[in-house]
Amino acid sequence: MNKTWLIIKREYLTRVRNKTFILSTFLTPLFFAGLIGVIVFITIKNTDKEKVAVIDHSGIFKNATDSVKSIQLVLNPVTDTNNYEKQGYTAILFAPHEGINNTDSWRLYSKKSFAVTAVGNIEDKVRKELENKMLMSRYQVNSDNIDSVRDASRKVILEEKRIGAGAHSQNGNSLVAYSVGYGAGFLIYITLFIYGAMVMRGVMEEKTNRIAEVIISSVKPFQLMMGKIIGIGAVGLTQFFMWIILITLFSSIIGALLPHEILEQVNEANKSMPGGQMNVQGNEALIGLAKATTTQLSSVNWLLVVGCFIFYFIFGYLFYAALFAAVGSSVNEDPQDAQSLMFPITMPIILAIFLMINAITHPESSLATWSSIIPFFSPIVMMGRIPFGVPGTVPYWQLGLSMVLLVLGFLATTWMSAKIYRTSILLYGKKATWKEMWKWAFRKS
Amino acid sequence: MPLLQVSHLKKYYATQKAVDDISFSIEPGTIFGLLGPNGAGKTTLLRMITGIFFPDEGEIIFDGKKFNPEEDALRIGYMPEERGLYKKMKIGEQAMYLAQLKGLSKTDAFEKIKKWFIKFEMQTWWNKKIEDLSKGMGQKLQFVITVLHEPKLIILDEPFSGLDPVNSNLIKEEIYKLAKKGCTIIFSTHRMEQVEEICDQIVLVNKGRKILDGTVYDIKQQFKENLFHVGLNSSPTITSSNAFDITDREDNGLVVKIKQGYATNDVLQHFIQQQVGIKEFHEILPSLNDIFIKLVEGTAVTRQFQTVA
Repeated sequence: MNKTWLIIKREYLTRVRNKTFILSTFLTPLFFAGLIGVIVFITIKNTDKEKVAVIDHSGIFKNATDSVKSIQLVLNPVTDTNNYEKQGYTAILFAPHEGINNTDSWRLYSKKSFAVTAVGNIEDKVRKELENKMLMSRYQVNSDNIDSVRDASRKVILEEKRIGAGAHSQNGNSLVAYSVGYGAGFLIYITLFIYGAMVMRGVMEEKTNRIAEVIISSVKPFQLMMGKIIGIGAVGLTQFFMWIILITLFSSIIGALLPHEILEQVNEANKSMPGGQMNVQGNEALIGLAKATTTQLSSVNWLLVVGCFIFYFIFGYLFYAALFAAVGSSVNEDPQDAQSLMFPITMPIILAIFLMINAITHPESSLATWSSIIPFFSPIVMMGRIPFGVPGTVPYWQLGLSMVLLVLGFLATTWMSAKIYRTSILLYGKKATWKEMWKWAFRKS
Repeated sequence: MPLLQVSHLKKYYATQKAVDDISFSIEPGTIFGLLGPNGAGKTTLLRMITGIFFPDEGEIIFDGKKFNPEEDALRIGYMPEERGLYKKMKIGEQAMYLAQLKGLSKTDAFEKIKKWFIKFEMQTWWNKKIEDLSKGMGQKLQFVITVLHEPKLIILDEPFSGLDPVNSNLIKEEIYKLAKKGCTIIFSTHRMEQVEEICDQIVLVNKGRKILDGTVYDIKQQFKENLFHVGLNSSPTITSSNAFDITDREDNGLVVKIKQGYATNDVLQHFIQQQVGIKEFHEILPSLNDIFIKLVEGTAVTRQFQTVA
């Protein structure tokens, strides 16, 4: 145990004192904040106020508000289709002479094509004004009255209560649970990827430096492997905490400076960008959290969520780190090998994230249940389900079984990997095939 | 009592019998040479002695007790053929790390490293990185790391490969000094001249089996061909004799092979009788290189793969 501790210390200190580590720990949150800043900035810049001239001689737009989202409507300026551009208008809108009863003759003239959303917004505006004027003229109903009625009815918010096995019902809130679940699952997903790869590279270090034999003449291969896994895990935890602190810091600064609408606009922009899908869901989760009230937030059992998060974080990492270590020890100087050997290990992780996204929309489906119990997927999927309520959505037995299986799983992968590691760490030149690795794993030592 | 005793060691792989029943013993304080062609099984044998591999069969007795890799690690130093150190780590730090892994305490390690660094004039290296060293410097460093915990048994696999004569000599001197202090040293090499120079006992292996075992002197005696060199002041008139055959003529002497039943004095007599001045007379013992080639030749030198039952 003493020697393992020496190895852990060395692995930890060498990495933590590395310039690259320090830079990436501090710069990554800064980078993300910067990225968000740039996106927001661009989005805002793109939505300049555009001016549209409205030629309305029948008074439909009388008393209407003069802007729609980011488009400013100027009522009856002195202009026509020939010189509207020179006067600074992006487009000209012609209301029909016949007034509110003619819905066919509305025309919008512009040289450049308007963004689809902008035309849609103008159309909505026109419809609204028409609606108001029609109500007034046909039924003598003032549109302000309608609006106040509408506002009043919108005050209804369904208060969700879960009826569980317990004596009392719990407060539930799907949106918050969705966001927290998504966030937690996603965090574990990135962790496994980043630090799993780090373990693999760390294990290759002895081989590329050709120092494996010297070390193995002093310590057992198992001690070296565990020392590396735990040492790198500790580095991961350190970096993770730094990031949480820094990102929370930056997000609260940004959150204070930017109102919700801008975040929603950013979301709109993201929806149309390819690859923005993930971002959209993440943002919706963030927005959900941002909008949540304290009662809604307290519907989540934070103690349980954080506790389980720590458990799945640690054991999920240990489970996969052993596999990455086995793969890393079989790689021989050629980094291409590393990529191709890493692939089968990363497949279940990627699959898990898809299962989780499905699970948080249907937390009680059998797919969600099973994938939150199988050790390959459970760290990510179960974290997605837990915020929905234990023992409501997730019965105690499911949680218990999932945890037990994960611990057993980590013991199994560590045992198997130790056998592969012991043989392949000393093998130079020959790249181990899957068949060989399988044989080593089960051969008697 | 021998420091190390290996009996009937076997290690079989799927494609070959790397070590196929090898036994020998080594007395403390001796310099032991492990020789053999490429693929003979030397490295596998050494890895079993250091505890990196476990033998399929056979026994290793270290210092009177059954060999226990974990406990005995502190008393064994191993410099493998694959020389390597963490490139990006600082030298002093790395020496400390490896010494502590062997089992030295932090203070002990520091003291010993300082001592050896001064001895080898390496004090300025403490804060440099491994990648800043030349090859020769790196090997010097690796040697220091191998011996600094003052192990009882030092195992060196091809210690002189890649070293220039100055550094080779330095290491050779150190090996001598260590042996005098009571350390036992095993080294594995192809360089027969060095073996002849410094080894007390040698073992020659080929294809996993032991072919020779004994002191350098004994082995040479075993393979000698009764050849002698006679240095003469002038050319003798009669060169044929019953006592010997002439195998080679030189300007100032002859190489003769003494026939069965005759002794060295007979040869000397022959020339004294002719009043030819004898300048010098010595036995030509075969070089280990020749013995090696003779023994290994004839059998296929390149190792073939065999299927193991």
